[in-house]
Amino acid sequence: MRVQLSINGEKHEADVEPRLLLVHLLRENLRLTGTHIGCDTTHCGACTVLMDGRPVKSCTVFAVQANGRQLMTVEGLEQDGKLHPLQESFMSEHGLQCGYCTPGMLMTGYAFLQKNTKPSEDDIRRAISGNLCRCTGYVNIVKAVQHAAVKLQGGA
Amino acid sequence: MALRTSPEVGGMGHSIKRKEDPRFIRGKGTYVDDVQLPGMLYLDIVRSPHAHAKIVKIDSAKALATPGVLAVITGQDLAKYNLHWMPTLMSDTQMVLPVEKVMYQAQEVAAVLATSRYAAADGAAVVEVEYDPLPVVVDPHKALLPGAPVLRTDKKDKKDNHIWHWEWGDRAATDRAIAEADVTVKQDIYLPRIHVASIETCGCIAHFDKVDGKLTVWMTTQAPHAIRTVFALVAGHVGLEEHKIRIISPDIGGGFGGKVPVYPGYVIAVAASVLTGKPVKWIEDRMENLQADSFARDYHITAELAAKKDGTLIALRIKTLADHGYADAAANPSKFPAGLFHVCTGSYDLKAAHVEVDGVYTNKPPGGIAYRCSFRVTEAVHTIERMTDLMAHQLNMDPAELRMKNFIKPEQFPYKSALGWEYDSGNYAGALRKAMDMIGYADLRREQVEKRTRGVLMGIGISSFTEIVGAGPSKHFDILGLKMFDSCEMRIHPTGKAIARFGTKSQGQGHETTYAQILAEELGIPAKDIQIEEGDTDTAPYGLGTYASRSTPVAGAAAAMAARKIRDKARKIAAHLLEVAEDDLEWEPGKFSVKGAPGKSKTIQDIAFAAYTNHPQGMEAGLEAVSYYDPPNLTYPFGSYICVVDLDSGTGEVKVRRFVAIDDCGNIINPMIVQGQVHGGLTMGLAPALFEEISYDEHGNVQGGSFIDYLVPTAVETPKWETGHTVTPSPHHPLGAKGVGESATVGAPAAIANAVVDALWHLGVRHVDIPITPAKVWKLLREHGVTG
Repeated sequence: MRVQLSINGEKHEADVEPRLLLVHLLRENLRLTGTHIGCDTTHCGACTVLMDGRPVKSCTVFAVQANGRQLMTVEGLEQDGKLHPLQESFMSEHGLQCGYCTPGMLMTGYAFLQKNTKPSEDDIRRAISGNLCRCTGYVNIVKAVQHAAVKLQGGA
Repeated sequence: MALRTSPEVGGMGHSIKRKEDPRFIRGKGTYVDDVQLPGMLYLDIVRSPHAHAKIVKIDSAKALATPGVLAVITGQDLAKYNLHWMPTLMSDTQMVLPVEKVMYQAQEVAAVLATSRYAAADGAAVVEVEYDPLPVVVDPHKALLPGAPVLRTDKKDKKDNHIWHWEWGDRAATDRAIAEADVTVKQDIYLPRIHVASIETCGCIAHFDKVDGKLTVWMTTQAPHAIRTVFALVAGHVGLEEHKIRIISPDIGGGFGGKVPVYPGYVIAVAASVLTGKPVKWIEDRMENLQADSFARDYHITAELAAKKDGTLIALRIKTLADHGYADAAANPSKFPAGLFHVCTGSYDLKAAHVEVDGVYTNKPPGGIAYRCSFRVTEAVHTIERMTDLMAHQLNMDPAELRMKNFIKPEQFPYKSALGWEYDSGNYAGALRKAMDMIGYADLRREQVEKRTRGVLMGIGISSFTEIVGAGPSKHFDILGLKMFDSCEMRIHPTGKAIARFGTKSQGQGHETTYAQILAEELGIPAKDIQIEEGDTDTAPYGLGTYASRSTPVAGAAAAMAARKIRDKARKIAAHLLEVAEDDLEWEPGKFSVKGAPGKSKTIQDIAFAAYTNHPQGMEAGLEAVSYYDPPNLTYPFGSYICVVDLDSGTGEVKVRRFVAIDDCGNIINPMIVQGQVHGGLTMGLAPALFEEISYDEHGNVQGGSFIDYLVPTAVETPKWETGHTVTPSPHHPLGAKGVGESATVGAPAAIANAVVDALWHLGVRHVDIPITPAKVWKLLREHGVTG
């Protein structure tokens, strides 16, 4: 089947099997390997991307379901050589270790901060509860999202 | 420790930002599954639904008729090359693919090679296997009963399911001390099977180049050099000699011990690539990862602790059954089949101890490896910390007071334990006191008393653990004969920038940053100017890899020693440049100056340039060194954790209200990274304490084989960790460092379990095995008359 979709602002077309998962379209056909795979059951969130601005787990979305949609992956966060404040915050607050869950965390965090500009710690913990991290214990991920929220509001 | 370098140089003690992060936050890391080679084939594995069954027939016809499928590989195919069995790291054997029978549910039965991931899965779905089920042995106690089915029928003379017996310590003295003691407590403790569940599963791409006969394997491995040697030993007879094998361990998405062993999938992928001459990718899915890869723990422990009436602890006796599944595929130093379990006297000055462990075969996956822990140290810490709490409650003493009374005192170090270890340094009371102050211990005890009068359940748990890491001294430590040294090779370029390579492999620990900081500390070259590389056996010096918190104690020490060799040569060059005797020079990080004339100096960058442009006649050009560091002793990080839990008597839920962790890992390389390691370790301590377990029903069906029911904690269940530290340097490590990656995983579960029992002691509850699920607590409450 033919799918047309926009990924990080760029138009793409591909002929795909109906059963092809979105994550495989991204990773293997388009070589956007920042989106990772960590489970088969929609639990770990390593494959989180945004579809029309909403976070989805791309291991349980068919590529054909993304036909005509606007997608954003971790590769789309940096604009014109400038990192998104959330990326900067993950670095400054030590919000990552092995880096495997990081792209999914960033995409979930990005979508969350669009909706909630002044989140509490509990808000953030709930928002990222669909993304598993085995390294950080979440403390610094929460801090990174808080820090980014302040930056996006024009703070330090 | 006072800072010796500026923030720009970024030596020890600076929280410099990580050098690996710029690629990770852009999604530009390179993990194994990101590698895609032209013409690559894909492997998928057919797995057994039975826990124990004869293989009657494997019919590949439908699979071979599936579009894209090229081959179906069975044990019979591998047997032609004698590759259907392989050795484990503990000198046992396990199957790559079976010829006669399967030994656990989810065992590899056949492999399908195809042109795409999907075609391989299609093929695997239609391989038809006929099984003849055999009696299943799940319980290791029953496995040892007379008449139990003998599982390892491949071993000609094997008449039972007993693997090995191991014991340590003075049995007679321990028995005597326990018999004569005023008070003893005895407890069965089960530490269940769990799985590291790193978010990246295991996998590889094997690429055999038929022209030059070289095999390159991109592989999720924590120990690439040892793996290369194992491959050469296993497959040398089919032409894969060690100089023709290159293992590349690229970015690794978490390891925690699960990426130390060789799994059958790797070997099948290598065999498939050698046979086809094409690159072959094998990536396991999450269910395969949880159901078939090495597990951790599965220790059935019985412990007895003896004390005087005044609370002086005197002796410890432990008997344990170790359920290894159908093969002992643990990753232990070969001399110690139960790992370092005999550090079980913990932080206390016990005069007598004896520990014995029996390894047992069952119809479960082979193992066990560590779960972010140095060779069974968590099992040891959990046992002694639970027993200490039991004793305190039995004597009606405060658990903190009993610990304070029995700690090894700072002046007793180096301390020889009853089980023969020489603890390097410690200040156990200092750490516990700091934790008690930070959490407000006395107030919490008062609150608990008040709440009890109202029937509100609250508990306070302490764990004052001592770890044993940095394996290890070559006299006692090897894996398959390979001594457990580690290495650093450093080269300084003419312009004063440098590259250093190591025998270890980071899986998130931040080696690219911390190793550069060690070298910056020793040489004064800014950490940002030092490139760190690991994980490519064609370029890095040989080392045993990263696990058991050994990177800082062993490879970190190698970095310091290599840098010091470079400094020795740099001194000679500086003396030549400054036209003074070597003895007339003094070093401060970054430069040599003439004593009494500080203006006359040469920086390390000047010296590096001279090493290539103006080196003294008679001296070799260049500025580089290699160190293979053989540690003189292990290191003994320690800490005290205090946890406060509130129990919901209606639902049985355990809520961790506060958790204070004071760690002491000696001198600190990067405080930010150390704190991050502790946060992560605490969460991997919380996980088995409250949530995670892989169990089996009586037919050997795995429970907990996917993330649906293997409950890795999310941000919601994870408490806000409160951390702090004390600093007691290791006297024998060149940097005074000890290692920290696993302390929190080791120390945390006992603090949580102790807190839950503390909340329930007055009801008559003496022990709860982890994971302490709401169902277990709810049942206990009902049994003890609490109805919510």
